[in-house]
Amino acid sequence: MSQKTLPVWVDIALIPLINVLLAFVVAAGVIVLIGENPLEAVNIMLMGAFGYDEGIGYTLYYTTNFIFTGLAVAIAFHAGLFNIGGEGQAYIGGLGVGLMCLALDAWLPWYLLLPLAIFSGALFGALWAYIPGYLQAYRGSHIVITTIMFNFIASALMVYLLVNVLIQPGAMSPESRRIADNATLPFMHEVFGAIGVDIASSPLNVSLFLALICCVFVWLFIWHTRWGYAIRMIGFNEQAAIYSGINTRRMVVLTMCISGGLAAMVGINEVMGAQERVVLDFVAGAGFTGIAVALMGRNHPVGIIVASMLFGALFQGGAELSFEISTITRDLVVVIQGLVILFCGALAYMVRPTLERIFARVSVEKEL
Amino acid sequence: MHSPIPDDYSASCAPAIALRGISKRFGAVKANNDVDLTVARGEIHGIIGENGAGKSTLMSILYGFYEADSGSISVKGELVDIKNANDAIAVGIGMVHQHFMLVDNFSVLENVMLGAEKSFSLATSVSQTRKALSALSDQYGLAVDPDAITGDLPVGLQQRVEILKALYRGAEVLILDEPTGVLTPQEVEQLFDILNTLREQGVSVLLITHKLQEVLAITDKVSVMRAGTMVAERTTVDTSKEELAELMVGRKVLLHVDKSPANPQQTLLDVVDVSWTDPRGVERLKSINLQLRAGEIVGVAGVSGNGQTELLSLLAGIAPVQQGHLNVCGTRVDATSLLDAKSFRHLGVGHVAEDRHRMGMVSAFSARETAIMGFEESDAYKSSGVAGALGLMSSSRVTEHCETLMAQFDVRPADPHLKSANFSGGNQQKLCIAREMEHQPKVLLVGQPTRGVDIGAIEFIHQQLVELRDAGSAILVVSVELEEVMSLCDRIVVMSEGRIVGEMESNEADAQRLGLMMGISSTSETRT
Repeated sequence: MSQKTLPVWVDIALIPLINVLLAFVVAAGVIVLIGENPLEAVNIMLMGAFGYDEGIGYTLYYTTNFIFTGLAVAIAFHAGLFNIGGEGQAYIGGLGVGLMCLALDAWLPWYLLLPLAIFSGALFGALWAYIPGYLQAYRGSHIVITTIMFNFIASALMVYLLVNVLIQPGAMSPESRRIADNATLPFMHEVFGAIGVDIASSPLNVSLFLALICCVFVWLFIWHTRWGYAIRMIGFNEQAAIYSGINTRRMVVLTMCISGGLAAMVGINEVMGAQERVVLDFVAGAGFTGIAVALMGRNHPVGIIVASMLFGALFQGGAELSFEISTITRDLVVVIQGLVILFCGALAYMVRPTLERIFARVSVEKEL
Repeated sequence: MHSPIPDDYSASCAPAIALRGISKRFGAVKANNDVDLTVARGEIHGIIGENGAGKSTLMSILYGFYEADSGSISVKGELVDIKNANDAIAVGIGMVHQHFMLVDNFSVLENVMLGAEKSFSLATSVSQTRKALSALSDQYGLAVDPDAITGDLPVGLQQRVEILKALYRGAEVLILDEPTGVLTPQEVEQLFDILNTLREQGVSVLLITHKLQEVLAITDKVSVMRAGTMVAERTTVDTSKEELAELMVGRKVLLHVDKSPANPQQTLLDVVDVSWTDPRGVERLKSINLQLRAGEIVGVAGVSGNGQTELLSLLAGIAPVQQGHLNVCGTRVDATSLLDAKSFRHLGVGHVAEDRHRMGMVSAFSARETAIMGFEESDAYKSSGVAGALGLMSSSRVTEHCETLMAQFDVRPADPHLKSANFSGGNQQKLCIAREMEHQPKVLLVGQPTRGVDIGAIEFIHQQLVELRDAGSAILVVSVELEEVMSLCDRIVVMSEGRIVGEMESNEADAQRLGLMMGISSTSETRT
């Protein structure tokens, strides 16, 4: 751990900003290499993500997923646990959401179904995270290894269920039947339409509000309850937690369950919202992006919202970019996203020592 | 005792090590402030000071763990830039840490070779190292079986392996950090023989310690540190224990605690035939019997690592009872009890941890969060109304609570939002003690009450403990500072190798008698 201290604004704003800029500089180099104009590419990405109604809708739709998975990673991280399994927990959580919706969509409207679907999804996601959590706490299996493996197990299980169990008889594609219209979440364009504001249609739905509620929940839970207090104590200093009489094993399992439950909310956005059915691989990497989001957002809900917006914009703007410039393929967009993850996640602390030196020098000069 | 200075001393005029103006700051704390130090070739140089005086920081800077904020280091007259341990080794500085840096399941030879293999081929390296090792053993009289598994060796021999490791890497300056803390008296003597040989061979030794008698026994020169500064340098033959002690604490040592005679009442904590074996199978506590009565302070004296830490853990409910049983304020606790530290707190046991950085507080927490550790479930910190029913804590109540404690115990700065790590040791300790004393514990366990605590705070802490005693609590103090145990406690038990080897009233105790008991090994047990 570094002994030096930086001003807070450097830590939470300047460093992430520098990292994003560095990622874009390298990405620009790649775009130059394939013979395109990087400024034009940036322009297309920005316009694609924020330039018009539909683009904004898509950006926020991706953002919703990243908030859920980012929060999931962050809450585990506060307990010193590295939950790589958001992908699988979201996938299984979506199954929970789907099963509840498919069972009751004939009888209940969406607003009555939603609490049940949230409960069922969170339960499924929490169960999927419970097993690695239990193994970590009581058997000493490393959580990183087990959660990664559980992603693959979840994936295989879902393929099996969709191909053999949930598929509509006679259908070709491995997906469940559609959820009845009155049981799916209203799209944002429908909500706005109802109050007379016309916006373009996009998969963005009311689960964005659920994401924001989850942010408030996580903030209250981590910093304003004794459970959050215990979780942070375990993360900072497990010995001190034991000294205080905290049942660290039980807290580890509990934290993982909450983490899995949060990741599962991706299922609300996708299954009950955007897709209106259970499809293959609807998580589409959001679980992994959540790790970068949590790292970049400093495991704080506000930071996670900002980071989620950035990644949402990257996904939407990137899609636009590959559409507009044919030489920039979908894969190259993945490269750009990868660079941002690399610089903001894996290399998050790369520029820190340099900045520390600069600020140390500046403060010394001030004292003189 | 003091061997003649080697003949070639005059030829090499430059000192082995010269530190000039070293400063290092951690947050608000100046760990080192403009420190100068010169060590001649073939000199054993003691550095003494209280815990937290900055000795370890200074050595960490010399060995490259920390970079100094300012100042310079010269080795044999040449300015060097030591950024990490490899740089330090390259200029001939070796360090033997208090806690050995050895791979337990490697052989001695492998440990010595690790990281300094001379050849790409392992077999070649092994044979070369074996040759070099036997040459070193002969030269310095450091006999160790190179093929023994390090973890099986007694502590004294493991330390020898550490010294060999440093010498193998070409160390001409050897830093020993509290080398005798874990050694038996015989092993200390053997270590001193080794140090004498090293001195004769021209190796400089820096001995970090807070034990005055050792400094007087072995060193040529002594430097005294206090509160981050170098306050004095003395030639050992020209100084005395009294002078050094005075220099260390900055005034005449008058560790006298104002207290009336104890008036012990009923037994509050009864330890009956308790033995405890750690997960590695080492028996740490052997048939301990101990009574704590209301209105008395009982001190546990002993060389650290003789079971005191384990005893505290057991009595605080952190480690489970295995054999024997406890009677804690009327509740029987044995191997079948499922009680944790929290249950013990509810029974009325307060516990000031020996090592507050590892246990007693969370450095990253704000002071107000550290101040509720162990009591976070209390209704006193809950929000009122619906929010409280939902489990929310009241931020303002937690802050107010901390403000109250800070005012009562004069914690400075009185800022509940300041990070715990940014308080000085004394203020951290005052906060921890305030927290544990707040709930009027029937039994208070205190580990190292004044470790890394400044003089002013020591007096205050002692006074608070005596007041708690007079209010009818039973207090157990574990301390490695004999003077503290003798002046603060009413009754003293001595621990050695996991046993209680002696017990006496503190007015009958003197350092010599305690020291003799602390050195008792299991083969020569006596009781008083």
